[in-house]
This record gives sequence, structure tokens and C-alpha cells, in this order.
Amino acid sequence: MNELPETGLILNLALAVGFLLVTVAVLLSLWRLIIGPDQPDRILALDTLYVNTVALLVLLDIKLASSLYFEAALLIALFGFVGTVALAKFLTRGDIIE
Amino acid sequence: MTTELTTLLVEIFVALLILIGAGFTLLGSFGLVRLRDLYERLHTPTKATTLGVGSLLIASAVFFTWREPGVSLHEVLVAVFLFITAPVSAHLIAKAALHQRSPSRSGLPPESLLEKHDGHGAKPRPNAEAKQKPSQTG
Repeated sequence: MNELPETGLILNLALAVGFLLVTVAVLLSLWRLIIGPDQPDRILALDTLYVNTVALLVLLDIKLASSLYFEAALLIALFGFVGTVALAKFLTRGDIIE
Repeated sequence: MTTELTTLLVEIFVALLILIGAGFTLLGSFGLVRLRDLYERLHTPTKATTLGVGSLLIASAVFFTWREPGVSLHEVLVAVFLFITAPVSAHLIAKAALHQRSPSRSGLPPESLLEKHDGHGAKPRPNAEAKQKPSQTG
């Protein structure tokens, strides 16, 4: 096999559309985070926001053709979950560590 | 010639997966803004967004497996983690919302049932008590 071909036209186009859609998704969940009428709404918006960020990082990985950001995506997924659990528990119990 | 064809096919496959994944991610966040109360809004981020991110991660796994030697498995790790944690966090948020008596369009369960699930260390919100009729002791 001669040298690896660069990512072609179709993939670049799909990546551009994908970045656009996921960015709009991030903005929409940010909007819910701002207007959310209640505290659980805001926790849910934060949860969605970090999952969207993981999607954005995965797209960036494909775009740059390097697996540099997978650790970052994994860490965001992990700490986002911990944050959601802590906030929801705080609302339910009035305390995080009992 | 065959390498060219393989490249094209893999690219089309990865591009399709990216479009499906990004579309579902957008759909999840759109539902988060569009739907009317919290219990409806819980549906879209936990189902559509998780499916979308899963599709993107499959696209990434296919791409890196094709491009680099060996099988790429980091993505599967992230996907499994997200698929496990999404229902757990949705359950916790729903529990917090029920504890706060967050209003629902189709009505909340009866107060006696809600009180049973409030837990021992918890005290209900003061305005929740004021809003509800004094419940019969039991």
C-alpha cells in the first residue's frame, strides 16, 4: 500500500455537517441551561451538555486523525456523570456525603 | 484500484455514521428545548443523545481501525460507559424532580406515595408543604 490517503472529500463534508449539527445541539442545551425553570431542568441540561461535548471531541478526533482526545472525552464522560449524581443527590437529600 | 474502492467505501460508511450520529444528537437537544415539562424532557437526552453519541463512537472506531494498524477499542470504552451511566443519571434526576414536586402536565402521583419515597434524612421543600393539602397522617 502506498502512502495513506488523506481524508477525502466525502468525509470532510460529513465532518463539517456533523460539527455544525453538534454545535447547534450544544447551543440548544445551553439555552435550556439558562432558561430552565427549575433546578432538575438545569441538571438535565448540564448532563446533555457534557454528552454533547463528548460527541464534539470524538468528531475532532476523526477530523485530526489522531486519538489524542479520547482520554479527554473519557474524563469528561466520567466527571460529568459524577457531577450529575452529586447534584441530583444534593437536591434529594440536602447533602452529598452523609 | 481495489485500495481506492475500499477507501471510498469506508469513507462513505464513516460519513453516514457521522451524519446519523450528529442528527440524533441534535434531535436530543432539540427535544430538550421543545418539550413541555421536565418528565417529558427527560426522554430525549437519555435516548436520542445516547444513540447519537454511540453512532459517532462507532464511526470513530471504524475509522481508526481502518487507518491504523490493530483494532481501536478506546471508543468502545467510552460508549459502554455512556450507555451504562445515562439511565442511572436519568433516574436520579427524575427522583430529585419528584422530591421537589416539580409540576407535571399529566399530574403527579398521590402525595402519600411520594412521601414514602422521599427517604428518611430528607425534608420536603417548605413551599411543597404549603402548596399541598395537609396529608392525613399515616
